[in-house]
Amino acid sequence: MLSIEHVSKVYRTRHGLRTVLNDVSFQLEPGRHLGIVGRNGAGKSTLIRLIAGAERPTSGVIRRSMSVSWPLAFGGAFQTHLTGLDNLKFVCRVYGVDYRPLVPFVEEFTELGEYFREPVMHYSHGMLTRLAFALSMAIEFDCFLIDEAMVVGDVRFHERCHIELFQKRQDRAFILVTHEADVIKLYCKNASVLHDGSLIPFPTVDEAYDFYLATLATRPPDR
Amino acid sequence: MTANVSLHRSFAIQLRVLRALMLREIITRFGRENLGVLWLIGEPMLFTLGVAGLWTLAGLRHSSAIPIVAFAVTGYSSVLMWRNSASRCGAALLQNKALLFHRNVRALDIFLTRIALEISGATSSFIVLGTIFTFIGWMPPPEDLVKVLAGWVMLAWFGTSLALTVGAGTSFSAVVERVWHPIAYLLFPLSGAAFMVDWLPTNLQKLVLLLPMVNGVELLREGWFGTVVRTHYDIGYMASFCLILSLVGLYLQWKADRRVDV
Repeated sequence: MLSIEHVSKVYRTRHGLRTVLNDVSFQLEPGRHLGIVGRNGAGKSTLIRLIAGAERPTSGVIRRSMSVSWPLAFGGAFQTHLTGLDNLKFVCRVYGVDYRPLVPFVEEFTELGEYFREPVMHYSHGMLTRLAFALSMAIEFDCFLIDEAMVVGDVRFHERCHIELFQKRQDRAFILVTHEADVIKLYCKNASVLHDGSLIPFPTVDEAYDFYLATLATRPPDR
Repeated sequence: MTANVSLHRSFAIQLRVLRALMLREIITRFGRENLGVLWLIGEPMLFTLGVAGLWTLAGLRHSSAIPIVAFAVTGYSSVLMWRNSASRCGAALLQNKALLFHRNVRALDIFLTRIALEISGATSSFIVLGTIFTFIGWMPPPEDLVKVLAGWVMLAWFGTSLALTVGAGTSFSAVVERVWHPIAYLLFPLSGAAFMVDWLPTNLQKLVLLLPMVNGVELLREGWFGTVVRTHYDIGYMASFCLILSLVGLYLQWKADRRVDV
């Protein structure tokens, strides 16, 4: 169970305090899939960072009684002097997993060839993306956090990601955050809309998407 | 789950994360080419050797009883102990923020990793240089190893508490890192590395002993050179200073953990 209770997040900006999330609450049971839509700047990534535990909420509590991933395919923590293999070892050490049995999967999935043992600074953008995704899949979690960023790369990679995540791991819980409703419709039964700092739940994805489209027609939030 | 079990688990996670960070930091900083991890010792050794050479050439005023190389090795190694950890922690958060996406990695872990690496590098360099110079006769053998060790541990404690404070400070304001470097630069000549307290007029002695690291260096040198040198220190004062600074550092770390945004 993942439980978000009255979570708010306020950032200090040069123009004073800015409330990005305002009293957000929801629960996610094991194996359930939740889609969250919201326009750019609505606070989607902030919510993901809070659930991941990278940042702390200004107020409210996040309880995790199942293991929760880091934001999927997040590549920002790559150290450019480390090789792909080093990065796999690092992630495995942090999560207390033996890296050796995972090497074949990561090598096969990333198709990096000998670059797997080269420093990450020599990687192309596509190679980085594949490595980031493979590392996310290497550690098994009960709940995956999926930011829209993963919907990049070529068609073949895209398909392989979907097989790994949505087919092989469809028994896991996940939170899928995006502004593309189509992806959510494919995999989620319910969806919520993040609007003006509040999270508004809807029983069906269609209703959520209708509301989301309506919010797009209005003025963007003051920032 | 009892509190004891969860504490045990937290401790295991903590060790796991520190080990992962440590291995990562070593490769990141020193790479695999040429000496690799040996640079952890080589870098402080080169600094110390350079300073020893410069002081010899400059004919720095020193107590006639102590060879200048011995004076430089004990002095500059002490500087490495209190200065380098803080300097490495000043930039740590900025360089490693993205690691916080892994929930078990906290800002404190990143700082502790860097402090541990600096201390082990400076300590190994001190041991290697001290041993070599003692063997070839450029340094007398240490008179009282327990005192040397005590001085060293005190310097390590001061360096750690200072580094935690400076490191946490950077999450409140970038100014902390900017200000730290000039402060470190100005503290160096006052730190007791290049003088013995006994050489100073009495009123200045009291003043300079307010700087905690001066007490540590004096104790270290008393241990190494014995009664050949007259030393002045107050380890009770230094310990109180370190204790308070440790508490301040840990409190700031706790506050920082709540406000670091990635």
